[in-house]
Amino acid sequence: MSHEYVPEIAVDREGKEHVVQGWQGDYEGGKLGFWLFMLTEVLMFGAMFMTLTYYFTLHHADFIKASSELDRTLGGVNTVVLLFSALTMGLGLLKMRSGDVKGAKLMIWLTILLAAVFLGVKAQEWTNDYHEGIFLGLDSMQAGGGKSFGEILFFGMYFTMTGLHGFHIIIGIGLMLWLLKRINSGKVSPDHHILHFNIALYWDLVHLIWVFVFPYFYMTGAGVIHG
Amino acid sequence: MSKSYFDETHCAFGHPKSTFMQWMLTVDHKRIGIMYAVVMFTFFFVAVAAALTMRFELFAPGQQFIDAHTFNQAFTLHGVVMVFLFIIPGIPAVFGNIVMPLMIGAKDVSFPRLNWFTFWLYIVGCIVALSSLFNFNIADGSLVFNFADTGWTFYAPYSLNTDTNVVTTLVAAFILGMASILTGLNFLVTIHRLRAPGMDFFKMPLFVWGIYATAWIQLLATPVIGITLVLALLEKYFGIGIFDPAKGGDPVLFQHLFWIYSHPAVYLMILPAFGIMSEIIPAFSRREIFGYRTIALSSAAIAGVGYLVWGHHLFTSGMSDLAKTMFSFLTFFVAIPTGIKFYDWIATMYKGKIILDTPMLWALGTIITFAIGGLSGVTIAMIGADIHLQDTYYTIAHFHYAMLGGVVFLFFAGIHYWFPLVFGKMYSEAKAKFAFYTLFIGFNLLWFPMFIAGYLGMPRRYFDYLPEFHIYHQISFWGAIIFVSGLIFMFYTLIQGMRNGKPTTPNPWNATTLEWHLPSSPPPLENHTKVPYVDFRPYEYHHGQPVVKFDENMKRID
Repeated sequence: MSHEYVPEIAVDREGKEHVVQGWQGDYEGGKLGFWLFMLTEVLMFGAMFMTLTYYFTLHHADFIKASSELDRTLGGVNTVVLLFSALTMGLGLLKMRSGDVKGAKLMIWLTILLAAVFLGVKAQEWTNDYHEGIFLGLDSMQAGGGKSFGEILFFGMYFTMTGLHGFHIIIGIGLMLWLLKRINSGKVSPDHHILHFNIALYWDLVHLIWVFVFPYFYMTGAGVIHG
Repeated sequence: MSKSYFDETHCAFGHPKSTFMQWMLTVDHKRIGIMYAVVMFTFFFVAVAAALTMRFELFAPGQQFIDAHTFNQAFTLHGVVMVFLFIIPGIPAVFGNIVMPLMIGAKDVSFPRLNWFTFWLYIVGCIVALSSLFNFNIADGSLVFNFADTGWTFYAPYSLNTDTNVVTTLVAAFILGMASILTGLNFLVTIHRLRAPGMDFFKMPLFVWGIYATAWIQLLATPVIGITLVLALLEKYFGIGIFDPAKGGDPVLFQHLFWIYSHPAVYLMILPAFGIMSEIIPAFSRREIFGYRTIALSSAAIAGVGYLVWGHHLFTSGMSDLAKTMFSFLTFFVAIPTGIKFYDWIATMYKGKIILDTPMLWALGTIITFAIGGLSGVTIAMIGADIHLQDTYYTIAHFHYAMLGGVVFLFFAGIHYWFPLVFGKMYSEAKAKFAFYTLFIGFNLLWFPMFIAGYLGMPRRYFDYLPEFHIYHQISFWGAIIFVSGLIFMFYTLIQGMRNGKPTTPNPWNATTLEWHLPSSPPPLENHTKVPYVDFRPYEYHHGQPVVKFDENMKRID
């Protein structure tokens, strides 16, 4: 699409002129669209949280037992890492707005780094789980494999939701790399930073989901004492 | 002769020379709408063929043409294709794309490239759905028909245990759901941001209101079904007992999650159809619409209340009596805004100068068929009656009176109404009217006996039946034959009109909304050359003539 955008004018009966809003370069429209998209993400995770809550009432004791087996240290570290990445993302947007493109780029790189750390910790955690016989598709995770229905369900939902969340982190890293490319080619600048704004919004949602995932999966069984 | 959108286009990327690639890459909302229509109606005929197969089989008791298992696959194919591939993208994807931006004076939708992407996402969904039809046997290179046999509702646990291709069908439904979400998102932003100056929400044409309410449903309800299908896939592949009671799950939860989306989805289908009705009735009565605000707000009310009634699909599935009572009560509420619309339309016609052109005939026919469909819906919203009528032909007849006699009839009305706008040519009125009468008679012959059969106890989805139901199935069969003949004749007429119909002026119906004030017919690439300032209501008529007139610079001259 190479056609030039010429702002248009509509004239009313008194001869007053009104600017016609075009779809090109519509900052507010871009913002609104992305907020709506975030709403669908909330509903998607919302439906999963609802399912989880429902089964928590059905298999109460099993859920608490299964939750106590998760690694709260690694999960906690990840929570802190992700919260910090939200901070760097936000600072990056502030810097972009105030015209400090170099600072903004640095902050985006920092966010990418923290996101990668998050994924690394997550991978370690999943590997540990795997060696303990807790992973999607393993025999020990089937009915009759030694675990109760509730435990299988809990771990199943755990891998589903943290997996989907991890997928969002990966997408986020991709988006940030793309953003850096756009900044370098001058297509995102302090005057035209809707892409930066929307990616920051996305990242906020990703960390917000984790803020709910963490207590739900890791903390419900925190009071159980092993041994 | 000025250039129309058929002659030039903007592309998502590049500047392809070939006409074919220009269509494939186009971001023009009008072209995308036409492409949706072509694909959707192709699938529509596939689903009609599946339905006709079932009618043939049911002509007499016992087995005639297909066995019971194939019959199960046939009704699943009919349901899945009709619901997910045809009627859910339906009117928004076609007329929401083609007409809505024209009605609000926009050059395109807010995110044209996203629109292009959405269309292709829809195509990917269609391909995945098609791939679920057959199993390819590598050993002897044969194709085995192995479509899902679960019904379009995919109820667990059966859908998780059957050997047919449920998984690919679920993936297809998920992808099509994504496309639906993105369409809704695009339209919401377009309606919020790109209205012509001066056009506030209560100066929008009512079709735009219908699309607006629909877009919210698409956005808010579809993610839930998406994630439900993902959960079903996880259960199928990893053995997590989410829905299968044998693994500790709860099958009723699947039904809840499924209907939280799929019930609002029927309002998602009907609201833009009501929008089309609200366009046609004033245009062919030459009279300002009665109760503009009530029609606009009742669309929003239906969308809102429609969200809270899904439980009426589960009256026989095991739910607390309190929940049943509440769901039943809320379901009755939907009839109120719907009734308001109907009285408004009829009041619009009162003392109007009614012109019985084809679009108006379709609209009037729909008033009859949808009234039957809607009111029979109220009867099965009653818990007691529903226990008797659930999963019988009564419910099937209700559904088809509402969906086929409501949504699809109004879709056809819209096709006849906007046909001259889209192609700049006119179909043969006489033939189109004949097609309408054939379809209307065939439709009632086809579905009305099912009310009686269902009331007497004929269950849905059955391959065989008792001899006492023979007569109803026979009448239905002949109705189906008339209906399908009418369908073929209607499309023949439309294609004839498209090929060599008489050229029309930009406003052949003397209608008032902005899409009829384009500089040429078919419209130029970027729609209105000049955008008007909207300080008028959408349907102003005086003594049977449109009040608002524009000069060539879209300045008001009345």
